[in-house]
Amino acid sequence: MTTRLRLIIAGALTIVLLGGAIAYAVVAISAYQARISAPSEVSTTKAAKPGDSPRVVFRNTATGDGYGLVASVPLDDVTGTRTVSDIPCDRVYQTNHYTMCLRIDRGVVTTFAAYLLDPNGKELRKWGLPGLPSRTRISADSKLVAFTAFITGEAYATVGFSVGTQIASTGANGTDGTDYGNLEDFTFLVDGKKITATDRNFWGVTFSPDDNVFYATGATNGKTWLVKGDLAARTMTAIHETAECPSISPDGKLIAYKKNVSTTASPYWSIAVLDPATGVEKILPEKRSIDDQIDWLDDSTLLYGVPRDSSAGDSDIWSIRANGSGSPKVYIEHAWSPSVVN
Amino acid sequence: MNDRGEDPAADDGAEPHDTKPMPPGAKKSLVRVSSVVITLGIVSMLTDVSSESVAAILPLYITSAMGLSTIAYGFIDGLYQGVSAFVRIGGGWVADRADRPKWVAFAGYGLSAVAKVWLLLASGFGAIAAVVAVDRIGKGIRTAPRDALITASSEPANLGHSFGVHRMLDTIGAAVGPLLAFLVLFFVPTGYTIVFVISLAFAALGVIVLGLLVPNRRPRKERAAALARPPLRWRDLNEPRLRRLVIVAGLLGLLTIGDGFVYLSLQARSDFAAQWFPLLYVGTNVAFFLFAIPLGRIADRFGRWRVFLLGHVALLLAYACTVLPFGGPTITIVCLVLLGAFYAATDGVLAALAAQFSPPDGIASGIAAAQTVVAVARLIASTGFGVLWFALGRGNAVLIVAAALAIAIPAAWLLLRSLRTKATTA
Repeated sequence: MTTRLRLIIAGALTIVLLGGAIAYAVVAISAYQARISAPSEVSTTKAAKPGDSPRVVFRNTATGDGYGLVASVPLDDVTGTRTVSDIPCDRVYQTNHYTMCLRIDRGVVTTFAAYLLDPNGKELRKWGLPGLPSRTRISADSKLVAFTAFITGEAYATVGFSVGTQIASTGANGTDGTDYGNLEDFTFLVDGKKITATDRNFWGVTFSPDDNVFYATGATNGKTWLVKGDLAARTMTAIHETAECPSISPDGKLIAYKKNVSTTASPYWSIAVLDPATGVEKILPEKRSIDDQIDWLDDSTLLYGVPRDSSAGDSDIWSIRANGSGSPKVYIEHAWSPSVVN
Repeated sequence: MNDRGEDPAADDGAEPHDTKPMPPGAKKSLVRVSSVVITLGIVSMLTDVSSESVAAILPLYITSAMGLSTIAYGFIDGLYQGVSAFVRIGGGWVADRADRPKWVAFAGYGLSAVAKVWLLLASGFGAIAAVVAVDRIGKGIRTAPRDALITASSEPANLGHSFGVHRMLDTIGAAVGPLLAFLVLFFVPTGYTIVFVISLAFAALGVIVLGLLVPNRRPRKERAAALARPPLRWRDLNEPRLRRLVIVAGLLGLLTIGDGFVYLSLQARSDFAAQWFPLLYVGTNVAFFLFAIPLGRIADRFGRWRVFLLGHVALLLAYACTVLPFGGPTITIVCLVLLGAFYAATDGVLAALAAQFSPPDGIASGIAAAQTVVAVARLIASTGFGVLWFALGRGNAVLIVAAALAIAIPAAWLLLRSLRTKATTA
């Protein structure tokens, strides 16, 4: 083959390959544009402000107009028309006073942030996140917030897996709170021993009703624990092994979490409920692997998100009885990141 | 062809290197770099656009689209690094023994392209992890033979410049890839498949450009016309200057903590760095590609060793930046520039030094040996630094490594001085 011929072949293949990739991208982008500008596949109504009535707030993942925005449905009619706000969040949690919104601020330069919003959606505080939004919670009395992000950004994650979790208070009006900093700076105790290993990680905070005690996941050396944290003393003590993303029941008596039951390197999470008073743990009859921080609908029912296999970026919220009686049921279709606001 | 090991300019960089008449028409710097080097740079650029675009969005894909956690992913990452280092030695050795660096590199690039096809079909965490492993193995195989091709296609006196041009193009690809991927996700937040398709197109293009446009050099055979040589044996690599290079580079590698830790240090102190954390490596890459050619040329002119050691001084200053009592945008940017300068002064220059000190029949193996030792040393450094970080706190850990580096650089300098003296008297 002459050099000239080689150049011609290489040029032709460049045009074919790049042209093909561009054509594919253009078709896929316009299909997406058509899909999101189409009317939503569920019944929606627009409102800047969520209602005051008891409701379930979530990230709307229904295809079409309103995808990815914070939405809510009344507790007494969860399959009815959803009220869709104009606030995009990848992870959301709401109380009657505040909304915590974790967001991927997309662009050629993509960044991540946690926002504390007032009931009208006005930004009160913003924290830059070192990576992908993961979990967020607000205490029942709205005085404390917590948020978790995966630390990413470097090619193939050269630091290895790492999460950053912070707790902050909301202060008098949401703008003047105090940061308690990263949980990695707290003292971490397992069996009375202080753990200082390199790979300590903490994520998925849930607040007890008393505003000082919180629960979270602590991990090191491939093991995870349910940890009980003391905000004033800045300590976390492991109280139960193999538990992630705890969520405390409204009455403060039970803790639900995901439990890795896999025997291989890839995790498989069941849902478990622990009674900390007795130490009895019950694994619930959910056969699928669940990767979410559960929320409590009431003192006996759990809510959690499950991605839809058929379409990327869509999921449903399911419910299951906390005492293990009865199988899981779809609670709200095309929704993610539930929080129950009473 | 000149025997690299005895090239005076490269050995004691102070000597003028223009001992040969320049080819006619070669007045600008770029002209002096072989078109093969530029073509190899373009191959690397295309391949880096491909792999870095995927790497940038993989954590997002795993967590948001697949609904999986990134935990196990991070844990096995270290293992891949080890596999990549091991394969790299093998790739260099086979390239030398078979005397076919182009086709060994081709196999490596090809394997990574096949991984991109698999990515389109893979579902589930295990499959994704396997795709990443295959991609890394491909990278391990191709690096040393490709650097040997660059060496075979360059004038010995210009080696640093050639590697500078190659690394600049390579780093442009590494900077463009993630931006392209995020641009796609800006238009379609769930458009992972679009990114994978684009990535495959770039990977295939890289393989095609390499296969069609890079000449099939046979370094040994080309020399054998003038001189009959037996095939390479491991013993041949036991060249005192190569050994010294590997020891010094490995020693300094043990004090090179991962960029990730530098970024974490910055973001722990500065709101600016925290806000832009996911993009800090782009800043480093920009500095890397801006400095790659100038530092490569300076290395050719004033001594590759000097530039290699000065690069580590830049690294030392970057560490110092992260422990200054004040933070802010300026310090963050200065730190990224220093990190980029460190890479520009050491990455291609290390390959040039290894090529210069390797026996003529074992250039790919020599480069592979130096790169592997540095990669393994850095892996150990990152792990060890992690332990220090949590045992002593961030600031103290960085100070200890910085102090050790401040001692190691002059020590390396003295080691090399004695080496040069011996080489001259020999």
